Amino acid sequence: MSGLVFHPGHHALHGMTVVLEASDGRTCVGRFDTEDEAGVHLRDVGIHRAEDGPGTRDDYLRHTLKFGVRRDVPHLVVPRGSVLRITRLTEYRLD
Amino acid sequence: MREEMVRMGAKELLSGGDVDAILGDQRGTTLVFVNSVCGCSAGSARPALALALKHTIVPQQTVTVFAGQDLEATARARQYFSEYQPSSPSMALFRDGEVVHMVHRHQIEGRPPQAIAADLMAAFDKYCVTSSV
Repeated sequence: MSGLVFHPGHHALHGMTVVLEASDGRTCVGRFDTEDEAGVHLRDVGIHRAEDGPGTRDDYLRHTLKFGVRRDVPHLVVPRGSVLRITRLTEYRLD
Repeated sequence: MREEMVRMGAKELLSGGDVDAILGDQRGTTLVFVNSVCGCSAGSARPALALALKHTIVPQQTVTVFAGQDLEATARARQYFSEYQPSSPSMALFRDGEVVHMVHRHQIEGRPPQAIAADLMAAFDKYCVTSSV
């Protein structure tokens, strides 16, 4: 990635579409906004839950890569302690 | 921003009627550029499109709607590729009325214009060549 900076002073991921994997089984895809004491703030977020079934998470991400991010909620805050991994959507490796 | 689009050869669609006139009964190839005021558009998407439109093979027409400004035109345009989630900036390449290639915002963010243009030109090479008999 080029590392182009569009918003000086913001988090390096600000404005980027990321995949956030949480310890509660949620996989959240949205635009990274910021990180503060409340947690990681995502905007225009699609959410996949582990209870949706095994194997469906990769299908959800494949569908997202092809058809775009489904907006389930406009704003989501994930507590920092619940965040397992944050990866840019375009860099996410599917099995 | 609007002048920049026109200079590179894109036609502005300002109303739902404008959109229908172009996308309603399509023959050939059309690129729809969903423009926006964000940094992704200014830093990557518009320069990428300008580069790509200098390629030897390009869509027969390139049109643009401005998300957040021309609301009716943008909403109407998105109805023509409603299977895709809305994002801006984004680009939809149509051939004979069908979307054959889509560039989402997440494929634009943080990428240099040259890389996005290369992807676009590959799509132009694949879908915009007219067959000769």
